[in-house]
Amino acid sequence: MSDTHAHSVAFVRTEQVPPSPPPFTTSGPIKWSRDNLFSTPFYTVLTIAAVYVIYLILGNTLPWIFNGVWGTSSLAECREVLDGVSGGCFSVLTERWNQLLFGFKYPPDQYWRPGLTFVLFFAAAAPVLFFRLPRQLLLFTAVFPFLAYYLIWGGTILTPILAMVGFAAGYMVYQRFVAGSFAAGFFGGIAAAFVVWIIGGMLIPDSANENALLSAVPSRDLGGFMLNMMLGVACVSLSVPLGIALALGRQSDMPLIKWICVIFIEFIRGVPLITLLFVASVMLAYFFPPNTTTDLFLRVVIMITMFSSAYIAEVIRGGLAALPRGQYEAADSLGLDYAQAMRLIILPQALKISIPGIVNVAVGLFKDTTLVSVISMFDLLGMIRGPILASTEWNGVYWELLGFAALLFFVVCYGISQYSQWLERQLATDHR
Amino acid sequence: MKKSVFFGALAFTGMAAGVAAAGTLDDVKARGKLNCGVTTGLVGFAAPDANGEWEGFDVAVCRAVAAAVLGDGSAVEFVPTTGKTRFTALASGEIDMLARNTTWTFSRDVDLKFEFVGINYYDGQGFMVPKELGVSSAKELDGATVCIQTGTTTELNLADFFRSNNISYEPVPIETNAEAQQQYLAGACDVYTTDASGLAATRATFEAPGDHVVLPEIISKEPLGPLVRHGDHEWGDVVRWTLNALIAAEELGVTSVNMAEMAAGTNNPEINRLLGTEGTLGEMLGLDADWAKNALSVSGNYGEVFEANIGEATSIGLARGLNAQWTDGGLLYAPPFR
Repeated sequence: MSDTHAHSVAFVRTEQVPPSPPPFTTSGPIKWSRDNLFSTPFYTVLTIAAVYVIYLILGNTLPWIFNGVWGTSSLAECREVLDGVSGGCFSVLTERWNQLLFGFKYPPDQYWRPGLTFVLFFAAAAPVLFFRLPRQLLLFTAVFPFLAYYLIWGGTILTPILAMVGFAAGYMVYQRFVAGSFAAGFFGGIAAAFVVWIIGGMLIPDSANENALLSAVPSRDLGGFMLNMMLGVACVSLSVPLGIALALGRQSDMPLIKWICVIFIEFIRGVPLITLLFVASVMLAYFFPPNTTTDLFLRVVIMITMFSSAYIAEVIRGGLAALPRGQYEAADSLGLDYAQAMRLIILPQALKISIPGIVNVAVGLFKDTTLVSVISMFDLLGMIRGPILASTEWNGVYWELLGFAALLFFVVCYGISQYSQWLERQLATDHR
Repeated sequence: MKKSVFFGALAFTGMAAGVAAAGTLDDVKARGKLNCGVTTGLVGFAAPDANGEWEGFDVAVCRAVAAAVLGDGSAVEFVPTTGKTRFTALASGEIDMLARNTTWTFSRDVDLKFEFVGINYYDGQGFMVPKELGVSSAKELDGATVCIQTGTTTELNLADFFRSNNISYEPVPIETNAEAQQQYLAGACDVYTTDASGLAATRATFEAPGDHVVLPEIISKEPLGPLVRHGDHEWGDVVRWTLNALIAAEELGVTSVNMAEMAAGTNNPEINRLLGTEGTLGEMLGLDADWAKNALSVSGNYGEVFEANIGEATSIGLARGLNAQWTDGGLLYAPPFR
């Protein structure tokens, strides 16, 4: 049977024909671009226009970047080197990088101190940001603010130690009394801390700063991106707990606390940040007797913290309002008291909902720290607009300096944003 | 009731400020440092260099005062102030004196309760145009577009000037000097107007400064000088006569080069009185006899300070003009040291 069949047919294929690739116009990059870039005449026109715009931008910026001059000591010299060719004068960055990062008065031989603080900051922030890490690391986080203060400001080590002892004393008193009544623990703790600070403050001799291991650097000498980082970190980390307290206070049943919180939030939100900064730098000086003014850095931190805590309070209030009523009732039915209900049931959920909003405020706050340049503090932008652009060597360099500032801020803000998205994915426990 | 408490508090703070301000000279001596308000940065007038050392024309005044009072030109704490914070910083006692290219006007002197101790730079509003426009006088600017910073006196001066000359212009409002430079170079306006010293400094930063000219007309008076708080006349005298000493030294030919020689005694009694080898001028001010010598030894007399910071040898390249000595046709005229 098979034989006859074999003779009657000239050729029989014994294996399957390998599939031929699809026509090249229906696959790969050509199909992709046909589908996405040239699907209709209108899109074709748009694509061509967009490519032309990209060409224009890159055609002008890339030569400017790659022709950049790095080694000259003044703008005039840089222009001589360029000789009419388009190119950036990046030498301003190589010559003034230290001023852009640390301000112009921080002693150059002490730059390692803020540098070390910056590195330690990541170690301190890690256990707070990534909760898989061992909890014992939080101990370092608790010590970090005092360590950072000591490294950046220098002076006698007794000051940060005293501050730490004060907090420890307050915490111990709080632990001792909180079981009886929260108010007794809370106010007793504050009182104990102040007692330690006042007594300790009298014990530290005035001359303690003179022979300190790390030379003392006054706040006025801080500047550059360091100042932005310090203000941003200090104000964000202070304003989140304060914001939580304000949000809870605003929902409180006790009229006094409720109205204090409402008035505080509404007043602060109704006033521009720049006004508060002017109050901090200018008006307060009128009300203090001369020579007893609080440190300007501290005043600014207080004002920015107040400002952002009002916003964070409203963000968190949104999170609290988003929780179903049943969650509160469930907490009550378990017999939890207010503090336990908040800590164990309400806040973990409300804060999770609030993360995007809090990050939004934090990013905005970090960028708002450049406003301090208006009250003659030399943050990154203040350094650029003031001393560097006013020097005879570098007057007229704009793109290079502002581009550098934009780059620094972008890196930090993009990092914060990426972290918050990661955090949201980690905490996603909702119904999917 | 509440109002009276408020006013009482105000009066008290005012009194406290008054008490503190009464002895600025003693305060400075006790502190060992002069707190001097300067700008946050203006080319040629005040800016820190790459090492963080302040330098400039206004800075030199601060250093001279510090040297006169404390004998050390580096005993200055420079407090940078912005146009918005400068007056409150001085009034609140945060700074002892302000040397921040501030125009001496009636209301600042009388209403704000400050005392201008003299003039260290006679400025005025001028015009800059591209050379290719072929304009040689501001009166030929009929119909021109003018870049101008909003909210400044220059805006009002400009309107007055064009109206009184019966010619028209089109203003292009600009926020800052940096923006103005870019707009002017991009051709958004034919003319850029601001203080003449600012024009010269701006022009110096252009890639081709030779393509732009500053027109000869100066349409306003901007006398810039150091100022102190009202009511502390001893301190005001110290600052005033330190500035006068710089100016008089140039007139008398005392420079940082020949000062050591002249301090040994000369035939000119006024030089001797200035440098403290004759008379008791220092004592009258409450300072050492060689106060003026100390002030002059920091960076020389007025002419030397001018040449080193904003003069024709620098990139800013300002001519002396009105800021020459009266003997050379300028306005600098220090009262006699007698």
